Amino acid sequence: MPDARVIPIGGDDRPRRASAADAVAAGASRASGERARRRAGSPLLGGTPAAGEAAAPARPARRRTAKKAAPPPATPPPEPVETVLDEPETGAPPADSPVLPEWERKVAATLAFVRRRLTGDVEVDEFGFDPELTDHVLLALLRPLYEHYFRVEVRGIENVPTEGGALVVANHSGTVPMDSLMTQIALLDHHPAHRHLRMLGADLVFQTPVISELARKSGTTLACNADAERLLDKGELVGVWPEGFKGIGKPFSERYKLQRFGRGGFVSAALKAGVPIVPCSIIGAEEIYPILGNVKTLARLLGLPYVPVTPTFPWLGPLGAIPLPSKWIIEFGEPVPTDGYGPGSADDPMLVFNLTDQVRETIQHTLYRLLMARRSIFF
Amino acid sequence: MGRVVMVTGVSRYLGGRFTQLLQADPDISRVIGVDVVPPKADLGDAEFVRADIRNPVIGKVIAQAEVDTVVHMAVLATPLDAGGRAMMKEINVIGTMQLLAACQKAPSVRKLVVKSSTAVYGSSPQDPALFTEDLEPNAMARSGYAKDSVEVEGYVRGFARRRPDVAVTTLRFANFVGPKVTTPLTSYFSLPVVPTVLGFDPRMQFVHERDGLEVLWRVTLGDHGGTFNIAGDGVVTLSQAIRRAGRPSIPLPQPAAPWIGQALRRLGIADFSSEQLRFLSYGRVVDTTRMKDVLGFTPRYSTREAFDDFVARQGLHGPLSADVVGAVEERVVDVLGSVTSRSGGTRTVISDA
Repeated sequence: MPDARVIPIGGDDRPRRASAADAVAAGASRASGERARRRAGSPLLGGTPAAGEAAAPARPARRRTAKKAAPPPATPPPEPVETVLDEPETGAPPADSPVLPEWERKVAATLAFVRRRLTGDVEVDEFGFDPELTDHVLLALLRPLYEHYFRVEVRGIENVPTEGGALVVANHSGTVPMDSLMTQIALLDHHPAHRHLRMLGADLVFQTPVISELARKSGTTLACNADAERLLDKGELVGVWPEGFKGIGKPFSERYKLQRFGRGGFVSAALKAGVPIVPCSIIGAEEIYPILGNVKTLARLLGLPYVPVTPTFPWLGPLGAIPLPSKWIIEFGEPVPTDGYGPGSADDPMLVFNLTDQVRETIQHTLYRLLMARRSIFF
Repeated sequence: MGRVVMVTGVSRYLGGRFTQLLQADPDISRVIGVDVVPPKADLGDAEFVRADIRNPVIGKVIAQAEVDTVVHMAVLATPLDAGGRAMMKEINVIGTMQLLAACQKAPSVRKLVVKSSTAVYGSSPQDPALFTEDLEPNAMARSGYAKDSVEVEGYVRGFARRRPDVAVTTLRFANFVGPKVTTPLTSYFSLPVVPTVLGFDPRMQFVHERDGLEVLWRVTLGDHGGTFNIAGDGVVTLSQAIRRAGRPSIPLPQPAAPWIGQALRRLGIADFSSEQLRFLSYGRVVDTTRMKDVLGFTPRYSTREAFDDFVARQGLHGPLSADVVGAVEERVVDVLGSVTSRSGGTRTVISDA
C-alpha cells in the first residue's frame, strides 16, 4: 500500500469524494477512530501520564463514551462508528493521533481494505474498472518495477491535459505489454492530476482467463470505436497502442521502427469526441525481451499472435520471464488538436489518414531523437 | 368504456403480478390473462383464459373481447419451465408467431408490448463494453433463450412493419432479481456453493422486479414505441455479487465448466446452458440512456441495491456475510489495539524522555 495515499486521519470530514484514496483514508480513519475511542477507554493508556497528556484535549462527548466502555474486556459499544467521526468537534486532528504509529494506521487501512474486498463493498464502473484495486494492488505490485528496475523517466507530462478527455497514442513493444502498464503508472503517479489511463486492448485480452479479469479491473476495455468514444465523451484519458500485435511482437532487428497504425480508428474516435491526441514515445521497452525468433507453428496451434524466442526464453524456463533491466524514457509530445475540423470530419478518410500519419511521424521522430541522446540501453 | 388489455404468460410470477397491477388502474376496464396452465396466484377480477397461444383460439379471444393492448410476457427463459428445450422453443417462437398473427387480424389492437431480454445481445469478448439498442442482435446467440428472444424480436419487427398503426414497444430487460422472482440466475445464486468460471469476473446488471413491473405498466399505458434496454443503474461484478451474498464460490476452469454445467442441469439443480456459461464468462452491460431520456424512467433500485434486496428478502446470506467479516475485522483490530496500546505507550514515554 503506498503510504503517500494514506491521508491523516482527522482531516477526513466529508463530503468525501468516491475516490479510492479517500476510501482507503476513510477506512483508516474509521478503524483508527474506533481504536482511538477504545484506547481512550483503556485503563492502561489512561494511566500513563504521557499518553494521558496526549489525549488531554479529548472532547467531553468522547469522555462519556470512554467511561461507558471503561471495563477492560474492551467489547466495542454498539453505537455506530460514524458518531465518533461526526462529532462537531474542533477542526484539529484527534489528539491521540501522534501516538498512533505509522504502521498501525497502515494495518488498519489494510484491514478495512480487506474487509471491503471480502464483502464486495466496492464500486466498479460500467467498464468494470475498479480504481481501488488498481491503485492499491495491481499497480502497487508493478511500482517497484517502474521505479527501481526500469527506472522510468517521464518527460513532457505537462502535455497531458489535467482534465477532460484526451487520447494518448504510443508506440508498442516488448513482447508483453509492459509499456502500457508503465505508462499507466507514469500518469497516475507523476501527472499533477493523478489521472487514470483507460487503455484499449485487443479482443485476445478479453478471451484469456485471468488476464481478462485483470484487464477489466485495471480499466482496460475493448479497442473498438464505441468504447473509445464513450470513454472520451466521459472525459477520460484514453490510451491506445495502435500498432497492436504487429508492434509488440516484432523482431528485435526492427526495434523502434513503427509499424502500421491500424486503420486510424483511434483518430476518428478522437475527431468525433473533439479531444486532443497526445503522442507518446516510449524507449527502453524494446529491450526487455528481445525477440530473436517466432515459433509460428506453435503460435497457430495455440491461437496466439506469436510465440517469442528471446535470449532467455524458453531456454531458461521460468527464468526466461525475467525482463532485462533496460532504462526507460516515456515522453509525452505536444497534443494534436482535433476540435477544429467541424462535424462529419470523423468520416473523412483523407483527414483521418493525414492525422494518423502526423501522429505516427511525431512519435517516430521523437523515438529517433531519444535514441540518439541515450547513453546506453541499461543506464 | 375503458381499455381492454390482454396479458400472456400470467401463470408465472411476473405475469401474475403485472395482471394484479393493471386491475388497479381505473382506465382499464378488462384484463384478460392467458396461459397454458392455471395461475397459482390470485388474479383478482381479471379473466383467465386457459389457452395455448400456439393455437388459433387466441385470435377468437382477441376479436370477441376487442382487445386493444396486448402485453406479451410468455417467452420462457429456461427449458426447466417448459419441460424440455423443444417445448420451450415451441412456446416461445411458434407461440409468438400465432399471437402476432392473431393481433394482425384484429383491427382493435392498438398497442403491443413485448417483454424481451438483453440476452439478445449475447456475451462475447469481442463486444463493446455497453450495448445500445441500435446494435444488431448478436449472431453469437445461437442457442436457447437468446436465440428464441432474437427470433421473437424478429417476428415483432415484422409485425410492426405490417401494422404501422400499432404502437410496438419492446423492452429488453436485464436479469430480474427481487424478493419473489425466480430465474435461472436467481437459482444460480441460491446454490450452496456458487460455481464460477476461473479467471473471469463478468460485469452484470440487474433489474428489480418492482422496477420491471413499473416500467411495463408505464409503457402499457403510455404510447412510447420502440426498443428500450431496461436495467438498474451501475454494474456489479460476479465476484462482488457473490461476496455481497456472503456465499462461498468455487472457480472452475473454462474447459471443465460445460461438463459440470451439464451435470447440474441433468440433476435439475440449476440451468447452465452454454449461453449461461458465456454470460458467466464475459458478462453483459447495456446502455440505459434511452430508458431515461425517452421513457423518462429511472429505476428505484440500482443494480447493487436490487441484488442486495434480493439476497436479503430471499434469505440468501451465506456464511461469509458482511456482519461476519466485519466482526472478524473488529476482533483483529481489537487484538492489535491491545498489543499496540502497550508498545505505543512505551514508545511515547521513550520519546518524551
